[in-house]
Amino acid sequence: MPSNLYDLTLHEARHLLDGREVSSQELTQAVLDRVQQVEPRIKSYVTITGEMALQQAKEADQAIAQGEVSPLAGVPMQLKDNMCTRGIPTTCSSQMLESFIPPYNATVVEKLLTGSAVVIGKGNMDEFAMGSSTENSAFFPTRNPWDIERVPGGSSGGPAAAVASGECIYSLGSDTGGSIRQPASFCGIVGMKPTYGLVSRYGLVAFASSLDQIGPLTKDVTDCALVLSAISGHDSRDATSIPQEAQDYSKALTGNIRGIKIGVPKEYYGEGIDQNVAHAMRIALEKLEELGASVEETSLPHTRYALAVYYILAPSEASANLARYDGVKYGYSAQDADSMWEAMERTKQHGFGPEVKRRIMLGTYALSAGYYDAYYLKAQRVRTLISREFQEAFQKYDVLITPTSPSVAFKLGAKVEDPVQMYQNDVCTIPVNIAGIPAMSLPAGFVDGLPVGMQIIGKPLAEETILRVAYTYEKATAWHKMRPEL
Amino acid sequence: MLHWPYFFGRYIIMTSPRLSQDEVQHIALIYRLGLSQEEIESLRHQLSDILENFQVLDQVDTTDVPPTGHSVTLENVMRQDETTSPMSKEDTLANAPLREDDYFRVKAVLD
Repeated sequence: MPSNLYDLTLHEARHLLDGREVSSQELTQAVLDRVQQVEPRIKSYVTITGEMALQQAKEADQAIAQGEVSPLAGVPMQLKDNMCTRGIPTTCSSQMLESFIPPYNATVVEKLLTGSAVVIGKGNMDEFAMGSSTENSAFFPTRNPWDIERVPGGSSGGPAAAVASGECIYSLGSDTGGSIRQPASFCGIVGMKPTYGLVSRYGLVAFASSLDQIGPLTKDVTDCALVLSAISGHDSRDATSIPQEAQDYSKALTGNIRGIKIGVPKEYYGEGIDQNVAHAMRIALEKLEELGASVEETSLPHTRYALAVYYILAPSEASANLARYDGVKYGYSAQDADSMWEAMERTKQHGFGPEVKRRIMLGTYALSAGYYDAYYLKAQRVRTLISREFQEAFQKYDVLITPTSPSVAFKLGAKVEDPVQMYQNDVCTIPVNIAGIPAMSLPAGFVDGLPVGMQIIGKPLAEETILRVAYTYEKATAWHKMRPEL
Repeated sequence: MLHWPYFFGRYIIMTSPRLSQDEVQHIALIYRLGLSQEEIESLRHQLSDILENFQVLDQVDTTDVPPTGHSVTLENVMRQDETTSPMSKEDTLANAPLREDDYFRVKAVLD
């Protein structure tokens, strides 16, 4: 057990809480103290709900005393600021929603609260989840706890940095093209994007609806399984929710991967990938082989088209989703206008930041008359080919393993001026969203003192297989126990 | 400006000329997105660079390949037609930038 309460994992905290060795109020206070200590340097929170959290902790202590059995009970966590919380601002790190207070809770928030979770606050992110560095937050950038001159990744940079720095025990993020996995990789923690439809999107502020998915960011694989079990399951309020009941993913943590077949798609190790990262991955693969898995190189040739497909489809869906911010029903509203149209134009001009405008423009262009077939429809057809390629690979392999990101965390400001270069960051994670399949990033080494993430990709609804492989690797290594010095 | 026939869209992808200021302005207008002159100029270059990267898709043969809209195929999700209580009027109007009685107030739509 770590010496500081804020360094506990969820399952360690669970053990102490259930054994009455520590109360939720003590644990919550310890984490709030930690927030106060490091937040001026890390800046992972948009909103801190300390008082409310202590009240929830008090209630959680009572619930635990009365036999509450939820694995989340009494443990303080952070939510990415794009999940609706009734009565608490939900900003998406945008001027557009700076003063928006949702009148309802997202389904995942309801599940957390029903399980007596303690919500410490809302995590910073790239505006509307568009970005890979959290530098697109309209409020402030978040810093990487391993080196505060570097980005934590994005768009769930706040949640990832908060978990890595002990500013919460675990967090929830959303992943449209890598927004959970890439920041988890940059911050040296575990992050999972579940199968599309496994976790309800009701109350998640929409970015690209056919790609968005909520998932856990945690300190280790066991925590990932616990959180996933608590937030997944069918929800009639999300029409794309998979009709199956929640299950206990911790059963997958057997520690045995004998006979598991691992495919290593070579496209994820070559051009554009930092060779130090690729090298760290090869060492990790050797370890998995030692542990009883078979490892074989394979090829996914359509990978090279995934980035283009994504940057047509995601902005197209975003341009449709973000059309709702017209300054009439909620959110920022420009009043200094003579007509309704002018008011709408000014609302969007001042409410949206540069990256959001760029993607809206790109999507509107791709969907406009004369271009729809050439861009949008073409991208949807190539999407089919990418999905088929994964299906074929999974006839041969149980999981595919790649680096999560082509590099370790980069410096703040390094890529802000060049969107094309910034978009390259998601090259290893995007194909997974396009195919709607699950994948996890977990710590697998360090390059120049910065964490490297290993991505494990599985077939649809094979979260258990991913967790099993990840857990077995984690047990045999110590990367997940490393904490940044702050 | 953007009502060129389909084949012209193909032509754009294959040769990828730079977007003009007028084109950028037109896209902004159909979205009702206000942009400053500087934004138009920088978007013109950035969008052109991004579109150039999309040319790679021309190498993929998609003859007879159906488009995928959602990765999980769910058809006609049905539920019982039951009455439930909707969100309250106050909750619905709580975030209204401009409110008049129980209505969202907007500027005149027609002059």
